[in-house]
Amino acid sequence: MIKEQYIGLSTIARKEVSRIFRIWIQTLLPSAITMTLYFVIFGSFLGSRIGQIQDISYLDFIAPGLIIMSVLNNSYYNVVSSFFSAKFSKSVEELLISPLSPSMIILGYVMGGMARGLLTGLIVTIISMWFTTLSIYSLWVVISTIFLTSLLFSIAGFINALFSKKFDDVSIVPTFILTPLIYLGGIFYSIESLSPFWQTLSKFNPILYIINTFRYGFFGISDIPVFESLISIVIAIFILWSTAHYLLRKGFGTNL
Amino acid sequence: MPKRNALEIKQLKKFYPNGFPALKGIDLTVKANDFFGLLGPNGAGKSTTIGIISSLITKTEGTVKVFGHDLDSDQQNVKRHLGIVPQEFNFSIFETPMQILVNQAGYYGVPFRVANTRAKELLELMGLWEKRNSMAGGLSGGQKRRLMIARALVHEPKLLILDEPTAGVDISLRRLMWDLLQKLNKDGLTIILTTHYLEEAEALCKNIGIIDNGQIIQNTTKKELLSLLPSESFIIETTKKLPKTISLSCTQHQTLSDNSIEVQLNTEQNLNDLVLELNKQDIIVKRLSAKANRLEEVFLQLVEDPK
Ligand SMILES: Nc1ncnc2c1ncn2[C@@H]1O[C@H](COP(=O)(O)OP(=O)(O)OP(=O)(O)O)[C@@H](O)[C@H]1O
Ligand SMILES: [Mg+2]
Repeated sequence: MIKEQYIGLSTIARKEVSRIFRIWIQTLLPSAITMTLYFVIFGSFLGSRIGQIQDISYLDFIAPGLIIMSVLNNSYYNVVSSFFSAKFSKSVEELLISPLSPSMIILGYVMGGMARGLLTGLIVTIISMWFTTLSIYSLWVVISTIFLTSLLFSIAGFINALFSKKFDDVSIVPTFILTPLIYLGGIFYSIESLSPFWQTLSKFNPILYIINTFRYGFFGISDIPVFESLISIVIAIFILWSTAHYLLRKGFGTNL
Repeated sequence: MPKRNALEIKQLKKFYPNGFPALKGIDLTVKANDFFGLLGPNGAGKSTTIGIISSLITKTEGTVKVFGHDLDSDQQNVKRHLGIVPQEFNFSIFETPMQILVNQAGYYGVPFRVANTRAKELLELMGLWEKRNSMAGGLSGGQKRRLMIARALVHEPKLLILDEPTAGVDISLRRLMWDLLQKLNKDGLTIILTTHYLEEAEALCKNIGIIDNGQIIQNTTKKELLSLLPSESFIIETTKKLPKTISLSCTQHQTLSDNSIEVQLNTEQNLNDLVLELNKQDIIVKRLSAKANRLEEVFLQLVEDPK
């Protein structure tokens, strides 16, 4: 029984990972190109005029945010597009009629999302080494943030796919919610530099906590309490996981 | 221990989200090792029933049991026993037949090596071996159907449900598929088949259920169903031009052309008497054919007039 589930899970995971490499031009290359551009434009062209933030050179300051942004985006986008394509082509029925439990189906896709998230994170990190001289303050924080963020946004992408009825629905959340939150989440600035109004508003942005926690892993400084944010990410993971599990078990977005 | 039923459906109802009552409380029992034909006109509710059995459509009311396992309380065991060939293509067009089969086996917990061997056997059996590494989207309609049959068998189910498996399959392949299905059935597999080719149902099925408008209107053996036929029509072609008037005592007839007539025979009458009577009038029968497939005639009568 457990073996059956395990074989099923690894089948999905294997299929998802090979999909990432098969269409690497869509999955891996874009992040590498955009992030290189960010480093060149914001870091080299503009950064020298901006000077330092919290005693860190501007290029070093933005690097963690750019890394975690590609982890987050790619994790999310991989799951939402892959699972929605399966829904669209109806090949998701292959999974739904099989004895695989909902947890295994979600986990299989989440593993695919994490594979792509972490892989692009690695690629962007390697690119950033060209431009920056990052050193790590707390490896433990760096690793757990990147891992938990990838997990969280993979599950979120799965829920998005369950709700999607057409291809447009796949990009609504990334375009209208995720991207603004990421850009306003302090990748390019410290919220200390904002007026009190914007500072307070920013505190409602969950992505601010993720970016700051991750940045803390490199420099040991943060606008917000780090441990609490990590706990919050874990709680969010539990909530989204239960939601995804409940929806899939009930056949929401997959059954008639 | 009495043999368990392969499928037991009680008072199954389905209202689609738009309120349409696709199933109005059907009861259906299929014995283990049966070859069961589920027939009915377009929109009768066949695919809806199959969708519910395969967990793709959520039922509104009623119970479904597969080999004694209840869909509500023991869904995983229901799923383990089933092989489904859906009416519409539902595989990824970007995967190859080999990948599709091996993955499907994986979802059922078949280890990779075993899955690989079985996939190879099934692709050969279905005449898809040459296509094993081409994208499934590039297969012909009939090849896609065969791929779905192979996929439904790769985890060795005990109940195979096929929703119009021979639609778009050419005649010679259809015969091969019949042979295959009959062999699988002989080896112990229970099969449920929907089809609009009634000669297919007549050739293959032991028992037949007819569904119309979301209700089962017949559920019996094929033999009994055929005996419902009050009369059959035959077309008789003669060697020579027919005389103006023919008198037939045993039955009514219509003239179709210069050398052919149509006759109706009820269950008591026999063809031999008819031919003898024609011979007496110097008419020689050259060819004789049934006007329609017998099951087709019962079907039409039942579906048009359920009472
Ligand atoms: N998603 C849906 N929403 C609303 N009504 C539906 C839906 N799917 C099917 N129906 C209706 O339910 C009825 C039964 O459909 P079903 O597909 O089960 O018929 P069928 O017997 O398989 O027909 P066919 O021989 O054409 O395949 C039809 O009237 C159909 O219009
Ligand atoms: Mg149908």
